Amino acid sequence: MTEAQPVRVVDAPLLPASHDQGLVEVFRRRYLLKLLVRREITARYSGSFLGMLWSYINPLSQFAVYYFVMGVLFNLHEDIPNFPLHMFSAIIVVHFFTETFAAGTRSIMRNKALVRKMAMPREMFPVASMLVSLFHVLPQVVILVIAAVVSGWTPDAVGMMYALLAIAVIMLLGTALALMFSVANVFFRDFGSFVGILTMYVRFGVPMIYPFTMVEERFGRFADYYLLNPIADAVLLFQRAFWVGTSRDVSREEMIVDHMPDGLLMHGMVALGVSAALLVVAQLVFTRLENKIPERLT
Amino acid sequence: MSHPADTSIVVENVTKSFSLRYQRTFKQLTVAKLQGRETNKRFKALDDVSFSVSQGESIGLMGLNGSGKSTLLKLVQGVMRPDSGQVLTRGRISGLIATGAGFHPQLTGRDNIYLNAAVLGMGEQETRRKFDDIVEFADVGEFLDSPVGNYSSGMFARLGFAVAVHVDCDIFLADEVLAVGDQPFKKKCMARMEEIRKSGRTLFYVSHAAGSVRKMCDRVIVLEKGRVGFDGAVDAGIKYVKYDSDEEQNPDEELGADI
Ligand SMILES: Nc1ncnc2c1ncn2[C@@H]1O[C@H](COP(=O)(O)OP(=O)(O)OP(=O)(O)O)[C@@H](O)[C@H]1O
Ligand SMILES: [Mg+2]
Repeated sequence: MTEAQPVRVVDAPLLPASHDQGLVEVFRRRYLLKLLVRREITARYSGSFLGMLWSYINPLSQFAVYYFVMGVLFNLHEDIPNFPLHMFSAIIVVHFFTETFAAGTRSIMRNKALVRKMAMPREMFPVASMLVSLFHVLPQVVILVIAAVVSGWTPDAVGMMYALLAIAVIMLLGTALALMFSVANVFFRDFGSFVGILTMYVRFGVPMIYPFTMVEERFGRFADYYLLNPIADAVLLFQRAFWVGTSRDVSREEMIVDHMPDGLLMHGMVALGVSAALLVVAQLVFTRLENKIPERLT
Repeated sequence: MSHPADTSIVVENVTKSFSLRYQRTFKQLTVAKLQGRETNKRFKALDDVSFSVSQGESIGLMGLNGSGKSTLLKLVQGVMRPDSGQVLTRGRISGLIATGAGFHPQLTGRDNIYLNAAVLGMGEQETRRKFDDIVEFADVGEFLDSPVGNYSSGMFARLGFAVAVHVDCDIFLADEVLAVGDQPFKKKCMARMEEIRKSGRTLFYVSHAAGSVRKMCDRVIVLEKGRVGFDGAVDAGIKYVKYDSDEEQNPDEELGADI
């Protein structure tokens, strides 16, 4: 008031107060994203005795149940080589998807303190949920690879490429759905419950507890419609990578001919394209609705 | 529309309305519709608010409870968007809309400092450089490495404040930041805000304490039910705010004065 103040010259444009939003901004602020992911990982297991081990226990117990019911109780799919690995590679993909979807949907509600009071792109939270789920895929893949190697599997370049494609499909698709549902969940919590039902359908809509050959037998050429589901494609890609080639009796080529759909790569690329398009749509939906988020969070 | 180069904040015909209640269930909604009751009553928390602030000004924002001060600050901060009109800002914004917003109770104070700094736009290097200063300012002692869930509300606030004041910002927003701190910390905060003001940053200070507004600010804006009731000199503004009650001593003023 009394003494002369130094003049601070701000060399920045005059911008709307809430300008920096969107997925692009999320990646521009990678450092914050990294911290959020790390926080999520440490916070999720803090106060638990087994800690990170839970990320192994969960899919392994799922596997045990399916194995017991399908294999031991019903004695199904004995003609399929190494059916447990067929199931487990599918479980990994499905689990990655459902975790991303479920945690992503809850992410904005869970972080309401931040969302309500700090200016940051809100896409950050669903994306962070996806990355946390991705982080948990790694130990599962390690178990899968060990099991596969024990059965006589060796990695092949094409297979590894397919595995990456599968992960990419789920990353895009999971983020897209997480974005849409996270913002919808703010308005109506019903969406959170709806996710539970959806994930149940996902489990049965992919070749996990039954082989793809069964779909082909039953539906004939309509099996192509089954392959429109990007998650089913991702599962098949992943099985092509880690399950195909685990049999000592049946060669890799034979397994591909017998159990994989024709044009798997093409289906995978289409799935990737569809997921990417869905992500764009999700971003548009999110941008439209997020304005109202802070005032609806109470 | 063009603005002078030293404009820091422009608020133009900003209106923001809220619903009086949300989250009605399907059943409630149908019943209300059938009875012909209104289902979505809205009111304007901010009503055609306009003003502009030059870089380096320090504004005291006053008004009764519920007059829209916090809402206005959220719009400037970019957390909310106006329904109509526009809010423009120049440069980086930091501040305290709520003390310790976004602290994660299960993480330690140390981790929360890094996270909070990142949310406010600081990079890893910058945070590391300022880390010791932040810790010294927060002065939470050996609690730095225990989860902030165990902090007292004052300590919580100190940590949040410490991070916010160390951001190299151009606009600093403060909304009733001193509500929970103890006396020595209040003093430290006021000194720090004084520093921020002297360094030529734009300061937006919400307070009911006339004393501290008088000390900190060189312009007062008074909100009345979401409208700008007064915009001008500090003393006149403080008089304006206490329109009806020319009573003896305002306890708030005392609180502000002895800092
Ligand atoms: N998310 C919201 N949903 C509905 N109403 C809201 C919301 N946020 C604020 N309001 C309402 O808007 C009005 C202005 O609130 P605001 O918090 O801006 O007041 P204030 O001036 O900061 O008051 P105080 O002095 O008590 O801090 C209040 O009537 C409040 O109930
Ligand atoms: Mg307020």
